[in-house]
Amino acid sequence: MTDDSADEPLTYEQARWANDDEVYEPLLSEKHTQRVDIDSSLPDELTRDSLELPDLSEPQLARHYTRLSEMNYGVESGPFPLGSCTMKYNPKFTEDVAAHPMASVHPDRSERSVQGILEVQYRLQEQLARIGGMDAVTLQPPAGAAGEFTGILLARAYHESNGDDRSEVVIPDSAHGTNFASAAMAGYDVVSLPSADDGRVDTDALAAALSQETAALMLTNPNTLGLFERDIVKIAEMVHDVGGLLYYDGANLNALLGRARPGDMGFDIMHYNVHKTFATPHGGGGPGAGPVGVTDELAFFLPDPHVRRSNGGYERYKPEHSIGKVHGYDGNWLVLLKTYAYIARLGDEGLADASAKAVLNANYLASRIDHEIPFGPFHHEFVASAGDQDAADVAKRMLDYGVHPPTTKWPDIVDEALMTEPTEIEGKRTLDQLAAAFNAVHGEDAATIERAPERTAARRIDQVSAARNPRLSWQALDDE
Amino acid sequence: MTANGTPYAPHTEAETAAMLSALGVEREEELFDIPEEIRFDGTFDITNREERTTRALVGRVLSENDELVEFLGRGHYDHYVPSMIDHLTDRSEFLTSYTQYQPEIAQGFLQALFEYQSMIVELTGLDVANCSMYDAATALGEAATLAIRSREADGARVLVPERLHEGRRRTLENYLIGHDVDIEAYPMDDGNVDVAELTDRVDESTLLVYAETPTVRGAIEEHLGSIGDLTGEHDALFVVGSDPLALALLEAPARLGADIVIGDAATLGLPAAYGMGTGLFACREAFLRQVPGRLVGASEDATDRRAYTLTLQTREQHIRRERATSNICTNQAWVALRTAMHIAWLGPSGLAELAEDCVVHARELADRLNEIRGLKAPVHDRHHFREFVAHTDQPAQAVASDLEASGYAVHVVGEHEIQLCVTETNADSIDGLVEAATEAAK
Repeated sequence: MTDDSADEPLTYEQARWANDDEVYEPLLSEKHTQRVDIDSSLPDELTRDSLELPDLSEPQLARHYTRLSEMNYGVESGPFPLGSCTMKYNPKFTEDVAAHPMASVHPDRSERSVQGILEVQYRLQEQLARIGGMDAVTLQPPAGAAGEFTGILLARAYHESNGDDRSEVVIPDSAHGTNFASAAMAGYDVVSLPSADDGRVDTDALAAALSQETAALMLTNPNTLGLFERDIVKIAEMVHDVGGLLYYDGANLNALLGRARPGDMGFDIMHYNVHKTFATPHGGGGPGAGPVGVTDELAFFLPDPHVRRSNGGYERYKPEHSIGKVHGYDGNWLVLLKTYAYIARLGDEGLADASAKAVLNANYLASRIDHEIPFGPFHHEFVASAGDQDAADVAKRMLDYGVHPPTTKWPDIVDEALMTEPTEIEGKRTLDQLAAAFNAVHGEDAATIERAPERTAARRIDQVSAARNPRLSWQALDDE
Repeated sequence: MTANGTPYAPHTEAETAAMLSALGVEREEELFDIPEEIRFDGTFDITNREERTTRALVGRVLSENDELVEFLGRGHYDHYVPSMIDHLTDRSEFLTSYTQYQPEIAQGFLQALFEYQSMIVELTGLDVANCSMYDAATALGEAATLAIRSREADGARVLVPERLHEGRRRTLENYLIGHDVDIEAYPMDDGNVDVAELTDRVDESTLLVYAETPTVRGAIEEHLGSIGDLTGEHDALFVVGSDPLALALLEAPARLGADIVIGDAATLGLPAAYGMGTGLFACREAFLRQVPGRLVGASEDATDRRAYTLTLQTREQHIRRERATSNICTNQAWVALRTAMHIAWLGPSGLAELAEDCVVHARELADRLNEIRGLKAPVHDRHHFREFVAHTDQPAQAVASDLEASGYAVHVVGEHEIQLCVTETNADSIDGLVEAATEAAK
């Protein structure tokens, strides 16, 4: 292989292997692939002349993708304590459930012919509502951020129906970046709320930020530092007193299952990240699903369709003042089906225990690592500081210890933040090993850390040049 | 021996005790920093079950669905998904991984997404493809907000076909709710764009023109080149909706003036999945800094070997917050992996042949239905891809209900119009459908 080669050639490049008897190794520099002429029964002016794509046999492809998978780290590869992402083990059986032949039907089927799907949707709506302490739940949003957007559209519709034109959404500075983007997408100005010295909402700052312009406050609880907002009842009162709504970002719900419910804290709207809390696979960045729960006051505005019981069966209907649609159909159904199966497997007892073990694990791991942890007490995740070390470099070095590093440099109210969430799926022994990796890197010199990673298949990757000179496709590599 | 409610926590009783003891507490409850007044002491009323009984339960519920042969499409399609795709994409290193924020241990997924982007670039003819949106409807919404950012024009108009899938139209409306922009429908002419009418409506206030090929009625759009010229003259963006299989046969939209191509890429890679999809999004290089969603780029590692990484993340919400190009974070990466694998499995010849079959099957089915008394097909005198509209003398709803009673699902798209879609997955059932339709249409 030439020096600039990746470990695994592109499918495009491997096409060369099949075409040249003289060459066993891929000629990476030539980027050859298969081009076919298009012969169609359509008029020439409507069709393309040729199509150039990789052309490999199934065994070659199977090896290609197997090798690629071996160059990838998942929850089953090792510890994955990526803060705020809740990387839990995804039970295998839910994949079999989703592969049920009756799970995959066309979305335009008649109501009568998809009673099974409607029943699962209905039951999941009801169960999520009980878990969150909400009155009604829509399953349509296809991800957490889509849920946020939906939630803010619901707040907007609610205010508008009251003849109340509000312009601002208040968001703590430690919140997920998606909160800000979702509020802006729905047409709101964002008011950023500084955190208090204890890492929680500063109620004085909140009082100053709230006004008759406040459409909603978006909050996660516990927050991204893993801290429970103990003043939540007061916060809810303050928001409601100015006529605003309280929005719950469900990213951290894994810390609360069966212990506390957003609805009971005074939240009016919430989204659930089912790929976090309910262990559906993250799939390398998706698909997830982001169901949204609301109180009765807001249920009229939910997306269309919603599912309800009707004479002995289930039907789709359009809520009276529906905001319309946030997805072309009903969202990421197969993910929702896996969620339903996961919840059915665990039940009340299992869900509550998942939170208990997640909180136990986070506290235990935090107690074992040498770094300073500026805030507490925390629930399912904690933010340590790398101190004099660069948190991003620390993360690269942790790769050499065979573990996925924590989330780094965020939230920025902690210097060189290492946001760590072990989840309930790790046992004591793994947590001890994880702590040892943290502590080993903590004691290392700057030169070692800056050189890292050294034990991974790919060494440190130049992200600056990737952005400065974007090459985003095989075609764009042609000038190399 | 574990002692847990959740079967997925490995703690033994002894380990739990040791951990609690290390923390100086007796029970996990003491670790929860929740005020008494909002502690939850109720139940969810959900019984826990064994894995075996859970599977049986869900299987039993799903079996309440009727077994029908679906002749359904209208933007969402069922193509045969090769077995290899389930087996390889279910490898846990793919399925259970996260967004590739640590590229050194995510080279496999990054490369697969880079290959996906490359395939979309080839099929659309455009310069840049992202590595997925949620679905076609949200991708259309993102295209419109990109147009707003690029043109800095408030009070402008977005032109869409009068016949547009309802889910796409209504999702677009929500994406534009925060902007002072009107959505305006332009007329169609016999299943294609009415170019004369469209020409009258396009002016300097036009932010973008959206057209689809094939259209929601299954007709291949014959006027994309003219629309491209028109939008070019008025500096409006031209957004084309399509899918990767159709684009294997049809002229690359970029060559007809398209600035952005959106659509559903999961047409390949996923079964019908009750509407789950993957948003395809590609655009000209001029819009690179405005692209929504994630981009995978090629780079080098410290030993100068080629390596891949997420790039241009300064557009994204975790860095730019309310000034991000989009709020999309979790996307459909794993489905994009499946799409890329499906395209690679078919190869260029296989993909083009499958696309050609979509033209031929639709033509054959329309011809056969046209021979039936009470039916006329296709309604539009156009070339069709996968699907077409048929006129029914009887009320369409009655015809569709009769067909459903015989085991066949079709769309009702007008008082006297049904729509039928044929792919390799239902082509074997055409004889039965024709027989049932002969009875139903009388």
